[in-house]
Amino acid sequence: MKPSDAFSDRATVEALVSRAREQASRLDRPVTFMEVCGTHTHAIAAAGLRRLLPQKVRLISGPGCPVCVTPVDYLDRAEALAALPDVIVCTFGDLVRVPSSCGSLEQARARGCDVRIVYSPRDALAIAREHPSKRIVFLAVGFETTLPTVAAALAEAESEGIATFQILPGGKLIEPPLRALVTDGDVQIDGFLLPGHVSVIIGSNAYTFLAEEFRVPGAVVGFTPADILLGVSELVQQVLERAPRVANLYTRVVRPEGNRHAQELIARFFEPVDTRWRGLGEIPGSGLGVRATWAHRDASTIEVAVPEPREPGGCRCGEVLKGVIEPPQCPLFDRGCTPDAPLGACMVSSEGTCAAWYRHERFGAGAAA
Amino acid sequence: MCLAIPMQLIERSEWDGTAELRGVQRQVSLMLCPEAQVGEYVLVHAGYAITTVDVEEARKTLELLDEIVREDIPE
Ligand code: SF4
Repeated sequence: MKPSDAFSDRATVEALVSRAREQASRLDRPVTFMEVCGTHTHAIAAAGLRRLLPQKVRLISGPGCPVCVTPVDYLDRAEALAALPDVIVCTFGDLVRVPSSCGSLEQARARGCDVRIVYSPRDALAIAREHPSKRIVFLAVGFETTLPTVAAALAEAESEGIATFQILPGGKLIEPPLRALVTDGDVQIDGFLLPGHVSVIIGSNAYTFLAEEFRVPGAVVGFTPADILLGVSELVQQVLERAPRVANLYTRVVRPEGNRHAQELIARFFEPVDTRWRGLGEIPGSGLGVRATWAHRDASTIEVAVPEPREPGGCRCGEVLKGVIEPPQCPLFDRGCTPDAPLGACMVSSEGTCAAWYRHERFGAGAAA
Repeated sequence: MCLAIPMQLIERSEWDGTAELRGVQRQVSLMLCPEAQVGEYVLVHAGYAITTVDVEEARKTLELLDEIVREDIPE
């Protein structure tokens, strides 16, 4: 068996499930754990883990899909920039289908705006090299996993003197929303499955505040079914022992101190700013803006007319993103809102909670009442 | 969007490398992970290697899983 298979191997998964059941039988109350990474949301749904878990353990999804938490006015601004004749907007694919106040980037493209889907910020830089007479605006959304790649592209643009490469800052940090969630009374969270690849950058030490300040258990986990089940088991154990800590179960790539090169690059180009999250509202210091030194790289300084922001009517993404409701509780879920014709952001990306439920959990586990 | 995939680094120049997974090759930037050596596995996200994969730690996790499976199946 290849090592990668062992993480999804059926016997392993079964053994982990029975271990979790045995542990959960010793719990004196039901517990709720939240995963705060879109890639986890997708992996949990795709492997059908929710159905395998003991009844006392409920998994809910948090605001970990960067596309889903990007507020509507960001998309409106991106569209307005794309409408300028000398601008090429470059973006990761998922963002083009998210509904904005008056359409979407995809619709803007259909109208003739130059919107290009790229796989990497480097690809956007390559486009800047090819089109020196255009302004290239890269839509820099993402968490700490993605932000260093944007910073690296900015560093390259600086060293090569590519003056036409700019970004529209939309980056987000993971610590402030975790704090907001544990202090928000709407949902009681008994532990967090912490995001594996964000942790590669910020390090597992970055979460000790959860245990120390809030006495909330945490486990940094990878993305295979076995990784996630190990994490659930670890969280149940911490609840049983009443000993919250941050367990790093993804040591093959996550170091306690994280990736210092990446942290330095982020700090060189960005600084924390207050920013709005879809669903969570404004959270102080939770976004990354471009430092004043690099203002010439900041496309948010370009003056464009942006419409009054309008959220899609009836969409309950906000509550989904906080784990307050599960997708089937939204009246539009599967009735007007589907991955082919999404009404809200959570139905767009495969990492969005509504999309993950639609694709994998629509039947079976059933809609929570 | 934070998805990252382990690939093997098969060649590198100063800041750039070629990484391979199941026969598929891709150019990756090593700007965030300058210490990566040819032959090592790196985690690739959006065209950048973001860390090396610690093979010894991966083996430990596998051993732990193995132990759990054995505990679960009493002889
Ligand atoms: S099902 Fe659609 S409309 Fe309802 S919360 Fe999810 S994305 Fe919004």
